[in-house]
Amino acid sequence: MDKFRMMAQILQSNQESFMNGICGIMALASAQLYTSFEFNCPCIPEYNYSYGISMLVIPPIWFFLLGFVLNNNVSMLAEEWKRPMGQRRKDPAVMRYMCVSISQRSLIAPAVWISVTLMDGKSFLCAYSMDLDMSEFGKNVSGYGLSQEELLRTLAKIPCKHIYDGQHILSREAASRYINCISQAFGWLFLLIITIAAFLIRAIRPCFTQAAFLKTKYWSHYVDTERKVFDETCTEHAKGFARICIKQYFEGISGEIQSFQDNLHGDDSDDEGDKPATDEDKLMGVRRLDTMNKVLWDWHTCKPPLTLRKSGDASTGQNGDCSINASKNQNGNVCDKTDLNEGQNGFRCGYVNPGLEIGQSELGKEHNNASFSTEQNGLTNRHSNASTSQNGFMNGCVSSPGNTQRKAWAVYYSKV
Amino acid sequence: MDRLKLVLQYFQSNSESISNGICIILSLISVKLYTSFDFNCPCLPQYNKMYALGVMFVPPIILFLLGVLVNRHTGVLMEEWVRPLGKRTKNPAVVKFLLSSVFQRSLLAPMVWILMTLLDGKCFICAFSMNVDPKYFTGIPNSTGLELIKIMAKVPCKEDVIFKNSSFRKAVSRYVRCYSQAIGWSILLFFIFLGAVGRVLKPCFNHATFLQTRYWSNYLDIEQKLFDETCVLHARDFARKCVVQFFENMREDVTVRMPLSSALRLSTIHNEYEEEEEEHLHGITRQDQVDHLLQTWYECKPELDVTRMAYKPKVCITWEDINGKAMFSEV
Repeated sequence: MDKFRMMAQILQSNQESFMNGICGIMALASAQLYTSFEFNCPCIPEYNYSYGISMLVIPPIWFFLLGFVLNNNVSMLAEEWKRPMGQRRKDPAVMRYMCVSISQRSLIAPAVWISVTLMDGKSFLCAYSMDLDMSEFGKNVSGYGLSQEELLRTLAKIPCKHIYDGQHILSREAASRYINCISQAFGWLFLLIITIAAFLIRAIRPCFTQAAFLKTKYWSHYVDTERKVFDETCTEHAKGFARICIKQYFEGISGEIQSFQDNLHGDDSDDEGDKPATDEDKLMGVRRLDTMNKVLWDWHTCKPPLTLRKSGDASTGQNGDCSINASKNQNGNVCDKTDLNEGQNGFRCGYVNPGLEIGQSELGKEHNNASFSTEQNGLTNRHSNASTSQNGFMNGCVSSPGNTQRKAWAVYYSKV
Repeated sequence: MDRLKLVLQYFQSNSESISNGICIILSLISVKLYTSFDFNCPCLPQYNKMYALGVMFVPPIILFLLGVLVNRHTGVLMEEWVRPLGKRTKNPAVVKFLLSSVFQRSLLAPMVWILMTLLDGKCFICAFSMNVDPKYFTGIPNSTGLELIKIMAKVPCKEDVIFKNSSFRKAVSRYVRCYSQAIGWSILLFFIFLGAVGRVLKPCFNHATFLQTRYWSNYLDIEQKLFDETCVLHARDFARKCVVQFFENMREDVTVRMPLSSALRLSTIHNEYEEEEEEHLHGITRQDQVDHLLQTWYECKPELDVTRMAYKPKVCITWEDINGKAMFSEV
């Protein structure tokens, strides 16, 4: 058990080695399947060839498709291919890269099956025993007085040790040895060809398009990471949402409000770095069913651009209409450290007390609500006059000139 | 269990030992492949030699190519060889060093295969049984009416009927196997001797240059690994920020973001986690910036000079007496 756990740990350490691990496991499974499979040549002229060749060809196709099924990246590739453009353009090179890497990994198990089958020789013997050229063995065919059909039938029985009755015509061992030898030659040739192909692709590729390759590798890894992070964030959000929803429900029933505790207790801790995100912070401002639905819908239909806001920029709603529900911060508390913790270097002061939040859903979407909250105390002289418009865009309200902001940085750093 | 962990840890400690580990694994695979391979001599005069020599030489080629493929240094080598000059000159000695190390490691598994075939003897018997002069051996079955060469070609096949009651087959096999093993052992001895002489005499030639090339080839390997790791970390933080930003854009209440005045800023204690994240981004926050970064990494590799980052100038105050002699200095 311990061994398995360790192997699992090693393989999961990063995505690439996990995929390689799956690939290796499938290759081993394919070899094991072959050895445990009981090959059963029919030894009848009409069916030998189809049985032999299908044993050679159909399991590889099956393993190839299985490789696609087991690979997590297939759904990622399909998603990236089919999504609407949104605010992020699509890069066909990235999709090609993902497709190629998935196919490469899925091709290993079929290759193992084919090479093991050819090395073993049974299916080749079954398929081609009737095409044996007797003159190789120095036998004169017509000397035995057999018709063509009877000869074929005798030759077809070569793969079956126990029912072969043509020993006086042709030694079974000699014939099977001959065909096995050809089959093994094909097997080694097949291995040589795919190794040379893999070598050319991997070792010679840097000579061409190395810079473009670095780019596509980065962005395909990014797409994968982003999907995972999104799923994690949604899970965290759901947890926070559920917790607060339940709390609200209980409070609604009991009539008491006791939610000031968890946002103020952080004052005591000096250690800012390890303060865990409260549930409110995990919500990131998304508090309702339809908003969350919009989040999930837009994630596919209108993916955000690959541009991160710099720390001092105003948050302008970029995803179409943002309904502004401004609520006043009644207790007028100082913009204390708890508010500054999360977000972009403490600039976010959009924290709303959960006590007031209960009322928020009752307010509904009131676009004309002109009161806004500035949690910033009077220290800064850059108050904004937020004009809320019907559409909900904050148009240049916070003039955040880069210059003063940069100066703040400069002042800060020179004092270090 | 602990032993396995220790072994794995040792092998992952640096990239040289990873390559050695892979090389050894490939040789073990080659041994296993040989033992599980069902050698099937056709026992026909026209095909014996072809089959046997094929089995002796085609798998080594495959194993060699596999060894080159699987080796990490191949990628480093090719990249260093074909990259544009950029701001960093190319050192051909490093490329040659990497090439020779890749070749040396990849040659181990093929040699193991060839030695195994020679020491086992089956291939040799299959290939050269027809070249044996049968008059040195008694008991040749000449009653079957077959030509001599056909009889000799059947020697590798044990179960053939013509050798039922004679010791001729065994005698010829033993003779050929003895040749095969002699050749195998001498090849092994030759290579070990060559290796020993090479190791002993290497420091006599250009040791200082060798130290330099070894350092820089190791450096290239580490640099590439670190670049990949940095890209991975960057991608993760980029993704996280992108997703959080996406959620926050759907906010329902108004958020007023204003730049903090310097007074407040100084008293703000930075969240360590945030700082770490920002650090991973290194200021690269847009798609075109990332693209430009990756393009430049290949096309215009930076120079090997980290003075600017490693050494920040420090202000040093020195108190001197009237004669100008330094009495006390403080950084």
